[in-house]
Parts: sequence; C-alpha cells; structure tokens
Amino acid sequence: MMKMKMIIVVVLLATFAANAQDKYFTKTGKIEFFSKATLEDIEAKNKTVASILDTKSGAMQFSVLMKGFEFEKARMQEHFNENYVESDKFPKAEFKGTVVNNAAINYTRDGVHNVRVKGKLTIHGVTKNVETAGTIKIAGGKIETTSTFNILLSDYKVKIPSVVSNKVSNSIKITVDCKLEPLKA
Amino acid sequence: MYSKPILLLLFLLPSVLCFAQEEDLLKQIDNDSVTKEWAAPAFKSTRVIMSHSVEVLPAGVLDFRILHRFGNINQGISQFFGLDESTIRLGLDYGISNKLTVGLGRGSYKKELDAFVKYKLLQQATGLKASPVSVALVGGTTLFTTGFTDPTRENLFSSRMAYYAQVIAARRFNNLISLQIMPTLLHRNLVATNNDANDLFAAGFGGRVKLSNRISLTVDYYLVANQNENLNVHNPLSVGVDIETGGHVFQLHFTNAVGMNERVFLTETGNDWGKGQIQFGFNISRTFQLKKKKI
Repeated sequence: MMKMKMIIVVVLLATFAANAQDKYFTKTGKIEFFSKATLEDIEAKNKTVASILDTKSGAMQFSVLMKGFEFEKARMQEHFNENYVESDKFPKAEFKGTVVNNAAINYTRDGVHNVRVKGKLTIHGVTKNVETAGTIKIAGGKIETTSTFNILLSDYKVKIPSVVSNKVSNSIKITVDCKLEPLKA
Repeated sequence: MYSKPILLLLFLLPSVLCFAQEEDLLKQIDNDSVTKEWAAPAFKSTRVIMSHSVEVLPAGVLDFRILHRFGNINQGISQFFGLDESTIRLGLDYGISNKLTVGLGRGSYKKELDAFVKYKLLQQATGLKASPVSVALVGGTTLFTTGFTDPTRENLFSSRMAYYAQVIAARRFNNLISLQIMPTLLHRNLVATNNDANDLFAAGFGGRVKLSNRISLTVDYYLVANQNENLNVHNPLSVGVDIETGGHVFQLHFTNAVGMNERVFLTETGNDWGKGQIQFGFNISRTFQLKKKKI
C-alpha cells in the first residue's frame, strides 16, 4: 500500500511538473528574409512573429502572418502577397519542431547554447521537413532563440515568372530572432 | 484490489492529456481573431481602364502612365483597322502619403491638360471595426488649349476649364471578383448650346475578374444621366485585360471613348459600340519608388 501511495505521489508530481512554468513565448518575434538576385536585392521584415518553446520537451513552434511582412518598396509587398505567397489563400507560415539536443540545455542557468532544430516548415500551403542550426540564449529568466537558414522557393511551389528571374532569387535567406518570456498558464 | 489500477489511471490521465495538447502549442498564445486585417487591393492599378479605380498609390511612388488609343476598328484594312491613327495621354501620378495621390496629365485630343487629387477615405478589411468596402474621393480639373469653337464670343480663360468630383466605393468580394461604383459630377464652364447642361451627372461602374495572379479581365462604364439628346454622344464603355509584370501594368482594351480624361469621355464619346465604332487601346503604367520605406 505504501508503494502504491508513492507511485501516486510521483505521478501527481509529474502532472504538476508538466503544467509548471516551462513554456516561454512571444508575439513580437522577428523574422527577416533576404533575396539576392542579379538585378535586385529584396529584404522584408516581420515583427509580429508568434513563437512558443516548451523547455521541458524541447518543442518549438513559430507562426507568422504573411501580410505582416514589410518591404522597402510598397509594390514588392503587394506582389509578395498577391502573386508569390498568395496570402489570401495561405495567410500563415508555420514551423513545428523540436530542439534535437534539448536534454543538454539547462534552462535554469544563464548561457548560450548551440542547438539543432528539426521539424516541419509550412509556407504557401506546402509542408517540408527542415533541420537547421541555431542558438538558444538564456539570460535573466528570458530566452532568446536565433537562427539563420536558407530555403528554396521552388520547394514551396512559389513560382517565379521568367521575366523577373533576375530580380527574385529562388534561394531565400531567413533570419529568426525571438525573445521569449515565461508563459503564465 | 481493482480500484488501485483505476485510481492510478485517473492520475496518469492528466499527464497524458498534457502531452497530447503539446501538438499545437501555438493555440495557447493565439489571438488572431481580434486583429484587423486589410484586404488586398481591389484593382491592380489606380485606373480600371479609363476611370479612376478605388486604389491610390503608396507613399513615395511615382507612376508614369502612357495612355494610347488607336482609331476605329471598323475603318477596315485601308486604315489598318484604326492602327494608322492614334491619340495619346501622358501622365505622372505621385503618392504623397498612403492615402493621398495627386496627378497631372496631357492628352493630345484638344491638347488638354488635366490634374486630380485623390484621397482614400476607407480601406476594406476584416476583423475588428472593419469596413466592408473601400472608399476614395476624387476631384479633378481639365483645361483644353486648342482654339475656341466660337472665337467671336467673349472667351475667358476659365471657359477652357471643367471640373469633376467622384466618390468611388469598391469591394474586393474574393480573389476573383472586385466591383466598384462611382457617382460622378462634371461641371463645364462653357457648353456648346443651351441644351447642354453645365452640370452633368453620371453613374460609373467598374469591375475586375482575376484570371490568374497577374492577369485579369476589366470593364468600366458610365451612364450619363442628363446628356444633351440632340448630340450624337454615347455612354463610354471599355473592356480589357490587365497584365502585370513586376513594376509594369499593361492594360489592353477595346473602348468607344476617344478621350482619356473625365470631361472628354463623358461628353464627347461620339462612337457607338453597336455600330462597331470601337478602338483598340492600351495603358502602360510604370511605377518607381522614389522614397523607400524604412523597415
């Protein structure tokens, strides 16, 4: 009977632990992308990225509204939404994945960790498995996640007409920078 | 003894549920429903074909517009189906802010100058406190520089001028269809006869059907209410195709309107679609971003 009680206590504890403060989030994360082509460099920024990290499981997710990307040239922004990523049909891009080496990170102590993140990236309604390197910085109870990686527009069925092939690159560099705060349940 | 595993299961269940919830963590911080989202443009260009569309230029954008109309198609092969003759309007529009656009132009027909101011009052959106339509106001003036038809009377400088005002209400219904209506008032300082009203009222309609991301069908039409019926003047109707390639929009179309400003096409459209008196024409819009936005 004693043993049984112990098990119950342990299970209860585990339940509480799962609910405890181990999730961190932001709604004002930054994602930038950069396209370098022969005739034109295109840069866009989005400062309203939603992201959440479960430090316990290492689950990491991002969501971004495509219409929230801002460009230097207004026409580019319009073309981006209407012609390329078709924001009306596919309003969001999402990433759902995990930090591969999450177990090695001590989230209670300040420090910078190189991580590998693996998961599914959905852009323009197309989902692809991606794996990339990044960093997790822990400082004063907050977490900053950063990563830079490249994707190919052709992988996500974003078509580039031949007339603008020297203005829009098929390879896009994406930079993610999110400052996460504790999520109050 | 049976109760114990059940009890254990009861305690285990919450932790399993917790685990299942983690599939979509983003739901825990989701608040999409409260944000306002602007609708995409109802039209690709600031003109439907001949008339103003509800769209204005973004701040710092200069739009160089070349408007071209050939002669009547029904003239046959001797005039190469109208391609031998042409009228033209060259214009520059500029976006002062994201809501205010001004423009200047000169048409070869009656060597007429025109200028306008256009203000976007409302932008269609979805979400909180969103407007279901976009509304723009246009005010413009025209000034012909050719000789007067009756040089014997006292002709003032202001006799060369006309003014117009429009309210444009538009809705992008979905990715395919956009429609707009534009009630219009045109005032001419000088009219030919007593039967011609100085103030003309017209109801304009414009529409677009998107065929692909870069190509759409367009149409615009004006019903002029109090036209002098003794004149051989018809309501202007244009149908065309918009083709967008990067910084250019090409608007290829057929129309019965010779003129390329509001005064001419509302009051001097002598051609009749029913008699095949239509012309091929094109508008080319080339935009330049003069001031870049800081991002």
